[in-house]
Amino acid sequence: MSSRPQTAGRSPWRVPQLSLRWVPVFRRNLLVWRKLMIPSLVGNIAEPLITLVAFGYGLGALVGQVQVQGSTLPYIVFLASGSICMSAMNAASFEALYSAFSRMQVQRTWDGIMNAPVELDDVVLAEMLWAAFKALSASAAILLVMLALGISHSPWLLLALPLLGLVGMVFASIALIFNALAKGYDFFTYYFTLFLTPTMFLSGVFFPREQLPGFMQAIAQWLPLTAAVELIRPLFLGQWPAQAGQHLMVLIAYGAGAFWLALALTRRRFRA
Amino acid sequence: MQDPLFSVRQLSKRYGDQTVVDQLSFDIAPGQCLGVIGPNGAGKTTTVRMCLGLATPDEGQVIFHSATGDLQMPRDSRAIKARLGIVSQFDSLDPDFSCAENLLVFGRYFGLPDAVIRERIPRLLEFAALGSKAPARISELSGGMKRRLSLARALVNDPDLLLLDEPTTGLDPQARHLMWERLQQLVQQGKSILLTTHFMDEAERLCDRLIVLDHGRKMCEGAPRDLIARELEPEVVEVYGSGALEMAQSPLRALATRTEISGETVFFYTHDAKALLQALSGEAHLRTLHRPANLEDLFLKLTGRQIREDA
Repeated sequence: MSSRPQTAGRSPWRVPQLSLRWVPVFRRNLLVWRKLMIPSLVGNIAEPLITLVAFGYGLGALVGQVQVQGSTLPYIVFLASGSICMSAMNAASFEALYSAFSRMQVQRTWDGIMNAPVELDDVVLAEMLWAAFKALSASAAILLVMLALGISHSPWLLLALPLLGLVGMVFASIALIFNALAKGYDFFTYYFTLFLTPTMFLSGVFFPREQLPGFMQAIAQWLPLTAAVELIRPLFLGQWPAQAGQHLMVLIAYGAGAFWLALALTRRRFRA
Repeated sequence: MQDPLFSVRQLSKRYGDQTVVDQLSFDIAPGQCLGVIGPNGAGKTTTVRMCLGLATPDEGQVIFHSATGDLQMPRDSRAIKARLGIVSQFDSLDPDFSCAENLLVFGRYFGLPDAVIRERIPRLLEFAALGSKAPARISELSGGMKRRLSLARALVNDPDLLLLDEPTTGLDPQARHLMWERLQQLVQQGKSILLTTHFMDEAERLCDRLIVLDHGRKMCEGAPRDLIARELEPEVVEVYGSGALEMAQSPLRALATRTEISGETVFFYTHDAKALLQALSGEAHLRTLHRPANLEDLFLKLTGRQIREDA
């Protein structure tokens, strides 16, 4: 007499079972971050600002004005609006790859958490939201510096914050897919060189996408970072983004799809 | 036995072709310590993982009998885990936090308010003999201190049942004794314990009942003393030194009920060792040890003396 439990062979693709149990996991990461906040923020902010200063003022002097979709803007504003999206992408990716992997595999923090009434789904959700929060805090700090530098004074920039949080969620979810597949930190190098770096150059951060060959433009059009840049750049100019609905939908589709895939692969990894 | 608090029924788990746990059943009553002993790869950790809902059984049930009705893994995983305390084989303490913060953060996972946890922290650290270590970082703790902090962390939700997966592996004797003393206190307080170990002295000292597990199957079950009395001759004479192995083939064999060889040592199992000891006293080059049969003998009888490649 042996009864087969209904849950045997649960599909890893089953619907995410989300609850508010992610909150204490998020707070755990927040408590660690509060101890290391200054070096962490400096790390997240310094590099994009150096890029901005070097390219913006250096290259900007050569380039002058840039024409994008009918409007003309100084190169420094063009670059600032693109690179803030890139910073959100990078901050979320680093957190959801290297840091999440440390907690999942090296420190066994996840194992400890799942000994309490917190399920894997809650942990993955918490990690995703946490990486998005780090992306948001880093890009908010960068935005403050940009305001101080007088790159833009548009009140519309307030709208950029929730959007950057969303960008963080999208790239955190994508990164968690690779986290679920990783055997070690080395694996993440592929993700950075084969996905994030091309994304950065194709998405209109450094130069207008119109400069790209046709087939690349076709690819670039559907990249999540492109959608982010298209949404946020007009805000720097005090304009409402064109096709805002479409770009938002692209981001949401990437975020939701990637999160589900990341969760399924993580469940498989944990045989849960 | 009292009505059980926790039951495992015909539990099986396969990974590919390999059956890791095979039709395993047991019960734990309130205030009882059940030990699961077995060689590495016997299925102990997989059993614990299924009890925790971290692995899904292919067959069978894991049931927590609560006052409000039976809860079943993995369906009621959250409700069951709220009543469990877990010390896993590897420490998963948070290296970024102090001892006190580790307890605070872990208590939050149970949905406990900070005020409740903060009130419990001094008592828990005291219990773990870490009273002065509240602000210490994990990297400053010894192996024994880390294990005791893991135990304190497992108690933060005041659980009914503790699941301890090899809680003293890697500890020095002092640290193990302190751990044992604390676990005995917990049982006296009425907590139930499920303990896996491969230390026989630990199993004998702590457990009311024992299960010997090998290749995922239950080989036997009972109180440690009863098992030894049931399965083994009461006395053992160990013989070692040069030429000891020939003794296993000598006429001395007739003086023992059973003879076993492990490495360079011959084990004679007997109901009365007098005649055997007298005969051996003539062999000056041999060293002998006369002792009562213990759990180690039982374990080795049931699981074999040969060294396994995966051990």
